[in-house]
Amino acid sequence: MTARSWHYFLFGAWVLALASTPLWGGNYVIRLAITIAMYSALTLSWNFIGGFTGYPSFATAAFVGLGSYAGALTQNAGAPMLVAWLIATIFAGAFAAALGGIILRLKGHYFAIGSIGVVEVARLVTASWGSLTGGGDGLNVAFLPGGPDVVARTFLAAMIAIMVAAFAVTVAVDRTRFGFALRCIQQNEDAADMVGVNTTRCKIAAFVLSALFCGTVGAAYASWTGYIDPNESFSLLMTIKVPVMCLLGGAGTVLGPPVGAAAFTLLEEFFWANFLDYNRAILGAVIVILIFFLPGGLLNIPRAWSRIAGRRRSRKAPA
Amino acid sequence: MAYLQILVNGLVLGALYACLAVGFSLVWGVLNVINMLHGSLIILGGYLTFFSWHSYGINPLVALPAVALLLYAIGYLIQLAIINPIVTQPVLTTLTLTFGLDLILYNFMTVYYTATPRRVTLDLGIVDLGGIVMPVDRLLAMGLALLLTGLLYIVMRGSRIGWAIVAVRMDRDAAALMGIRVERIYAITFGIGALMAGAAGAVFAMVYPITTNLTGTFLGKAFVVCVIGGLGSVPGALAGGLVLGIVESLAGQLVGPQHALTVGFVLMLALLVVRPTGLTGVRGYE
Repeated sequence: MTARSWHYFLFGAWVLALASTPLWGGNYVIRLAITIAMYSALTLSWNFIGGFTGYPSFATAAFVGLGSYAGALTQNAGAPMLVAWLIATIFAGAFAAALGGIILRLKGHYFAIGSIGVVEVARLVTASWGSLTGGGDGLNVAFLPGGPDVVARTFLAAMIAIMVAAFAVTVAVDRTRFGFALRCIQQNEDAADMVGVNTTRCKIAAFVLSALFCGTVGAAYASWTGYIDPNESFSLLMTIKVPVMCLLGGAGTVLGPPVGAAAFTLLEEFFWANFLDYNRAILGAVIVILIFFLPGGLLNIPRAWSRIAGRRRSRKAPA
Repeated sequence: MAYLQILVNGLVLGALYACLAVGFSLVWGVLNVINMLHGSLIILGGYLTFFSWHSYGINPLVALPAVALLLYAIGYLIQLAIINPIVTQPVLTTLTLTFGLDLILYNFMTVYYTATPRRVTLDLGIVDLGGIVMPVDRLLAMGLALLLTGLLYIVMRGSRIGWAIVAVRMDRDAAALMGIRVERIYAITFGIGALMAGAAGAVFAMVYPITTNLTGTFLGKAFVVCVIGGLGSVPGALAGGLVLGIVESLAGQLVGPQHALTVGFVLMLALLVVRPTGLTGVRGYE
């Protein structure tokens, strides 16, 4: 098996493991599986713009938040749940297309600050537009009928489906000319432009891809929890957590985002359970350690290891 | 007359914004690092001032220099030990690292100080100048903020350290060839950034209640001021701070106080697109 098909195989096994949680785990385990699938979808999305294209986007929370509100408002207006999710997806994508034309002209630090600014503006507008969004009081969404077990299974299936869809698009991008063009932009945008890559269109397309599934996840999250508010939906913590997960797994790779999302979520859960007062500090320490000791992400460990081992071997070899 | 009052309010607020953003701007301009720790450093300065006043009765004006020096030491060490090794990496790495450090500092402050809003109450009375009313402690805070920003300007323009910082900002490699120890200058710059943050926090604690929940707000102000004024220069931060203060003050009056924050950020986004180097900025530094 090639490395690529190994990765697909591992992901398939992981999906089955997550999907089987209702068979062997309690509600807590299912909830954890839903969270992992949700963050995997977000991380895979961010990977299009942040990993493949190399633009430090911190707009994830804006897309998720807008998706939540678009989904919740459509659902409250009487639309069926799946229609609401679809509309939220399209809304997030359209927003990214409009926004991308403006802020993708910025690079590096300015792009980073601009994308954080978008999250802040979205949060402030949502919080002050009380007549539509309920303002700071938040918005209630009708719960799915059928009791906690049915609800948990439904949303597990939904989040896994979104994750698989995001993964499928990632595979498609990875194997096509479009993905190659994005990697060219990441390495040298001017050179890519010179050899005939339409950089503007490619960047906007990557930005839209990074928003679509965030919109779906946001809407699904709103239906799942039944309540959203501006501070939770547009949180700075989330907008930075998602890139960190991607870095943890390995940015710009196919399997890195789900690996990073799973590892990070499990670590965070462990810290919440055991060190309630200091969970944020430990999270911060994990980030610092990650930056210093795992610059290529978890997926890079075997390669880094073989490099170290190789160096040792060559040192032993007689000159 | 009402507009004159708004203008004065805006200037007072703007001087505070300039003071809180100038350190952030310096670090961004010289080190090319977006320092997510800045908001927490401001609150740390504010808390240290509050508790030395509250528990030991030390006048905030006396505590301010001590707090600022302590923050300088903390900033210097953080840069030397943690940020310097990765300072040349892309923004994603440096921003994430400082965000990780921010989570740590924020967590410890919340545990030790709790998030209760606190402020130093000086009770200096109110001054009334022909219909324009202003509490004296705010005027004092404004004066302090301008004094601190001015001092930084003098240091940057008139001392060897300041020249070295400007040299590193202009061309890191050329500065190294001239015998400037770039790593040390980075540590000193980050130290100065932390010092200004601590001093700004001390000044803020005299006029507004501070709590750890404000770290994000302060960081957001620093972003906006930097983008409006341009990076790495003291006059830029001053201009950016005053513009933001006046715009927020006016917007609070014209479209309602709940939209004042939004107006600042929208202004920032618009400027980013139209003029990313800021009002006083020079092209070629980004």
